[in-house]
Amino acid sequence: MKETKGIWKVIGASSLGTLIEWYDFYIFGSLATVLANQFFPKTNPTAALLSTLATFAAGFIVRPFGALVFGRLGDLIGRKYTFLLTLILMGGSTFAIGLVPSYESIGFAAPILVLLLRLLQGLALGGEYGGAATYVAEHSPPNRRGFFTSWIQTTATLGLFVSLGVILLTRHSLDADQAKSIAKFNDWGWRIPFLVSIVLVVVSIYIRLKMKESPLFEKLKAAGTRSVNPLKESFGHRSNLKMVLLALFGATMGQGVVWYTGQFYAQSFIENVCKVDFDQSRTILIWAILFATPFFVVFGSLSDKIGRKWIMLIGMLLAVVTYKPLFNQFVSISNEKNKEEILSRLEVNTTATAINKYSHDSVKMHTTKHFYTDSSVVTEIKGEIVYVREGNFSDFKTPTPKIIKKLGNGGYWNMVLIVFVMIFYVTMVYGPIAAFLVELFPTKIRYTSMSLPYHIGNGVFGGLTPFIATLLTTIYTNDKLVGLMYPIIIAAVCLVIGTLYINNKINVEVDD
Amino acid sequence: MNQLKRFAGIIWLLLGPVAVFYLIRTAAAEIAKKPVIDTKIQWGVFVVVFIPIAIGMMIFGWYALKGEYDHLPERSAELID
Repeated sequence: MKETKGIWKVIGASSLGTLIEWYDFYIFGSLATVLANQFFPKTNPTAALLSTLATFAAGFIVRPFGALVFGRLGDLIGRKYTFLLTLILMGGSTFAIGLVPSYESIGFAAPILVLLLRLLQGLALGGEYGGAATYVAEHSPPNRRGFFTSWIQTTATLGLFVSLGVILLTRHSLDADQAKSIAKFNDWGWRIPFLVSIVLVVVSIYIRLKMKESPLFEKLKAAGTRSVNPLKESFGHRSNLKMVLLALFGATMGQGVVWYTGQFYAQSFIENVCKVDFDQSRTILIWAILFATPFFVVFGSLSDKIGRKWIMLIGMLLAVVTYKPLFNQFVSISNEKNKEEILSRLEVNTTATAINKYSHDSVKMHTTKHFYTDSSVVTEIKGEIVYVREGNFSDFKTPTPKIIKKLGNGGYWNMVLIVFVMIFYVTMVYGPIAAFLVELFPTKIRYTSMSLPYHIGNGVFGGLTPFIATLLTTIYTNDKLVGLMYPIIIAAVCLVIGTLYINNKINVEVDD
Repeated sequence: MNQLKRFAGIIWLLLGPVAVFYLIRTAAAEIAKKPVIDTKIQWGVFVVVFIPIAIGMMIFGWYALKGEYDHLPERSAELID
């Protein structure tokens, strides 16, 4: 028991901060459309360009760069102060995004400020995870390292969970009238999730300040055996570089795509391909996360008994084999052709509103609601411009037709089950990976060595999943499931490399 | 098993240049199809980010081919040369 004395404080302090960092990072992504309207108007090409940069650069370039900058710092000055710094950087930039005036108020300064703050967020995230995982692992007894570090592994998913929850809650609580509440949210209410973050960050900083430095790092410091150049020792020496490459191609690369497919691409697919409505597509994910999260700890703990390798690789194998049938089920559940319509309940509404106050031309919107026996509802919205005089005298574009599907109870919970299965795979590949990475590298260069493969695997391979998958569907338009080829191929390559080259051995000693 | 690891190294060694070739070819085709700034940035980022990773894959393949993974280190001292 003496060995684990105080460990829960260590886990609590580390996990809370890491959870907040993930929350901060995800609210930007979840509010991308609202932020685009506020800061990056599509009518202005330069602002649109900054928007693309904010989306891509923060996730894919800056995160690995943050891993190098803060990893090096963590190996030089210690874990505690480094991941305190990343927390301050993340919290400060998130709060500041909530304060930036809109493009309408201050023009170009707005998108430039938001881009810079987003880059700082990416940089901070790149430094946070390695520090937290290393810090917890270096406090854990060898036989329970998988179990204790798995608590850190729950934070990324819980950060997403909290961000979705806060956004949905804020979106619906600004006015008793739901339509007005959403309008207020899009106007100014989106700032609340960003501003709320500062309270959580201050609490977390206070808790972390009270923590002591990692005992293994203190030992190195006292013995004077700290690394003088962690970057050179991590990536300039063949014997360590080969382990960095093995960690990337044999573990984190596959973990990243499984993580993002189960939690991001699945939600995006349900909303954009299956046309399930905004709230349902998010609450499906929220329920699935809630049910699946305990399995991070289950698999972390199991990895202490049977080793890390096969749990992670079986998770990847299941993903490779079952992604297509699972996503096919999404399509099938949401397809109204598989349902029986109640024709007597068909509703057709038409409304007309003037294009603007100076014109007699109007937009006519036809809304058709189809009701089905399984209590699902499909709403089709089509618009047309009605010109007072013959011919087209306005540059007002005809609204794009929309289909919104509200699933019935059965369909809804079936989708929750499928997303749960995919997040279950995530818990298999992600639960044991912190312990696995920590055990690959020596204490003196651990922070640097494990952070880079993690952020290339998770940030680059994983983070690109929704973009590449969506991109594939625009290139090969006939196959709705073609986007899955990317995560399937990456996970399959990783599975083969992991099977061939990784040991299932649990490295007991990490204090050398 | 070690023979298989070394033989598979050839595949990883070749996978790097094949991936880069395919990536650059697709990027050029997509940019030509829709030559707007968004497309150029998207594909530019993909190319810039994946080229170093592909080089990493080639180094990994080379190490595998040379038998570097026949034995994995069991103590940290083996990692610091």
